[in-house]
Amino acid sequence: MRRFVGLGLAVAMAASLTACGGGNATDATTAGTEAKADAEDAGGNAGGAEPGDAFRIGMIGPLTGDAAAYGLGVRNAIELAINEVNEAGGMNGFQVEYNPQDDEHDPEKAVNAYNTLKDWDMQILIGAVTSKPCIAVSAESASDNLFQITPSGSAVECISEPNVFRVCFSDPDQGKASAQYISENKLATKIGVIYDSSTEYSTGILESFQAEAQAVGLEVVAEEAFTADNATDFSVQIDNCKEAGAELLFMPFYYTEASTVLKQCADKEYAPIFFGVDGMDGILSVKNFDTSLAEGVMLLTPFSADEAGSQAFVEAYKAAYNDVPNQFAADAYDAVYAVKAAIEQAKITPDMSASDICDAMKVAMTEITIDGLTGSDMTWTEEGEPNKEPKAAKIENGVYVMQ
Amino acid sequence: MDSVKRKKLVDHWITYGVVILGWIIVQALGATGHMTNQINGLLVPICMYVILAVSLNLTVGISGELSLGHAGFMCVGAFSGSFFTKLMAESIPSLSVRFAIALVIGALVAAFFGVLIGIPVLRLRGDYLAIVTLAFGEIIKNVMNVIYVGVDNGAIRIAMEKKSNLNLSENGRVIIEGAMGITKTPKASTFTIGVVLVLLTLFIVLNLIHSRTGRAIMAIRDNRIAAESVGVNITKYKLLAFSISASLAGMAGVLYSHNLASLAAEKFNYNMSILILVYVVLGGIGNIRGSIISAVILTLLPELLRGLNNYRMLIYAIVLIIMMILNSAPSAIAARGRLLERFQRKNTKEAA
Repeated sequence: MRRFVGLGLAVAMAASLTACGGGNATDATTAGTEAKADAEDAGGNAGGAEPGDAFRIGMIGPLTGDAAAYGLGVRNAIELAINEVNEAGGMNGFQVEYNPQDDEHDPEKAVNAYNTLKDWDMQILIGAVTSKPCIAVSAESASDNLFQITPSGSAVECISEPNVFRVCFSDPDQGKASAQYISENKLATKIGVIYDSSTEYSTGILESFQAEAQAVGLEVVAEEAFTADNATDFSVQIDNCKEAGAELLFMPFYYTEASTVLKQCADKEYAPIFFGVDGMDGILSVKNFDTSLAEGVMLLTPFSADEAGSQAFVEAYKAAYNDVPNQFAADAYDAVYAVKAAIEQAKITPDMSASDICDAMKVAMTEITIDGLTGSDMTWTEEGEPNKEPKAAKIENGVYVMQ
Repeated sequence: MDSVKRKKLVDHWITYGVVILGWIIVQALGATGHMTNQINGLLVPICMYVILAVSLNLTVGISGELSLGHAGFMCVGAFSGSFFTKLMAESIPSLSVRFAIALVIGALVAAFFGVLIGIPVLRLRGDYLAIVTLAFGEIIKNVMNVIYVGVDNGAIRIAMEKKSNLNLSENGRVIIEGAMGITKTPKASTFTIGVVLVLLTLFIVLNLIHSRTGRAIMAIRDNRIAAESVGVNITKYKLLAFSISASLAGMAGVLYSHNLASLAAEKFNYNMSILILVYVVLGGIGNIRGSIISAVILTLLPELLRGLNNYRMLIYAIVLIIMMILNSAPSAIAARGRLLERFQRKNTKEAA
């Protein structure tokens, strides 16, 4: 009898092992490319350490944990762009090596990741993906004088160092642009705001939105806060906005919470105009969310997976990673091409030191103009801010329609 | 009696020696150019976690009370220390002087909160300290998430919820910025300062344990009624141990905040408190040297495993389980004892 039990256990274990193997199939592409990157790294180090034959670009972002969706999007998009660049002959004629590191959305881990990349002889950093880790890393990269471009670090302080640039809009710019758009298109005059008081992203947008709303004559009738710890029930906030007579609900936070707000508004039969910012991008891909609730939602986003100009990127991304890219991925993709343009503008070669590259890049970044996924004719200021037009989209029949 | 005393003294010096040896090895490696940037960046965090683990061990191991809010004390220490450093940027130009004062301020503020919590809770019997410290950690985190503190014309202004509520004049500047926390604290923490603070922590904790006060604290832990019957003031001694533990955590917080350019309250959540408790439990409750070793290993491990990508957290978890089994399972302890005995017998045989 005991023998049978043992046999049964063995069979069960074997079955679970094969099941694991099956489940991992979707991950195989990313794991494979990682292994390749590692092999290249090891090969580069073993082969007499010749740092001069390829550019070494590092990436820092949350690949595990709550914010992993953003980090993985950025990691994949950079990989995609670098593969394209390498196939087309590289940057300024040189191939590019790539090394992504996880920071778990923690400033301390981000600095650890940065130091690990320094041991790998990184020359250019694309990252960090989230604001606070980005600030911590920028202090380190500034003291090393290493060029850093963040795809999505939107807090003002992210680029306060001279060596740091960004691709996305800053938080205050988004709030200002939103208020201007609402007033110019005469969408509403009475505005209710729900915001996440526990993230700097949401409060940063709110503050500039309020200031600009006052300037252009919009009336903010309700201002309701929630925190990340209680982002499951918004009935109090929605009721207050409804009672104050808000015709437009401004929602400067991420799509996961936004899907709950939309659901609860529908339950309460409250139908104002919903207006989101770039964090709203992704609302159509929330699991178990009735996308008909998102009909008519407007959002200010630099990128949408449904617009005509981005189809080539979306298709390539889908083919490689079996997922729809979000705006973080688009920003990261543009970051790679911005780096490429700046390297070619300044005729930088990989045998230069990281510090020399940084000095040359700082000048070149202000001279380049690129047509990217997140905007055409993008240029950069000396401070590191991008100049690009904000775009508004409206969800109609389950797809984004650019306004 | 004398030999017991000497044995204790030797034991203390082994603990100090381990720390000093670590410092010497790191300096030697640094001087000969064998340090990687990765390890170099981990040195200050290691010192910080060692201080946290040793200080929590004072509460959990020596005083026998469970604290689940150690990160909360670290948080108040980190914020008050960083606030001081940024506030006094003009009046005290020397960064090292500001940092030294910030360390003291961080420790004092954390000790104040320790006393505040301890006075009502430590009078009670049972696991109330665990519940209250857990709540304290969460409260501090949420308050720091919405508080804005600015300074203009020499006056400090405090507001909740929004930066604009501060009504700062044009020459004012915001120091604590809600969810953003404090950014760009100057980097003052170094490995040498970290080691000095670790030694200070050890000096305080080890001397406390082996003093009259320490024996009273342990007597309360082992048998409260017996201790009370011989006239030991229960609340006083428990409060003493708890507030010292809190103030050392505050000091570690200042070390943390002066090592990174970004300080935000979300870091000091429940998981952080549990992480420190894990260091204490795996190092052996009440074992100070064990806390040091486990804090060092468990801080280094996830970083050294970076090469394994997605598997590193899995391996980290397995290492935790193995350490737990080796430290706590009765059969593992017995096997360890037998091994040690055989080794000793061999030695004595050889000596004979």
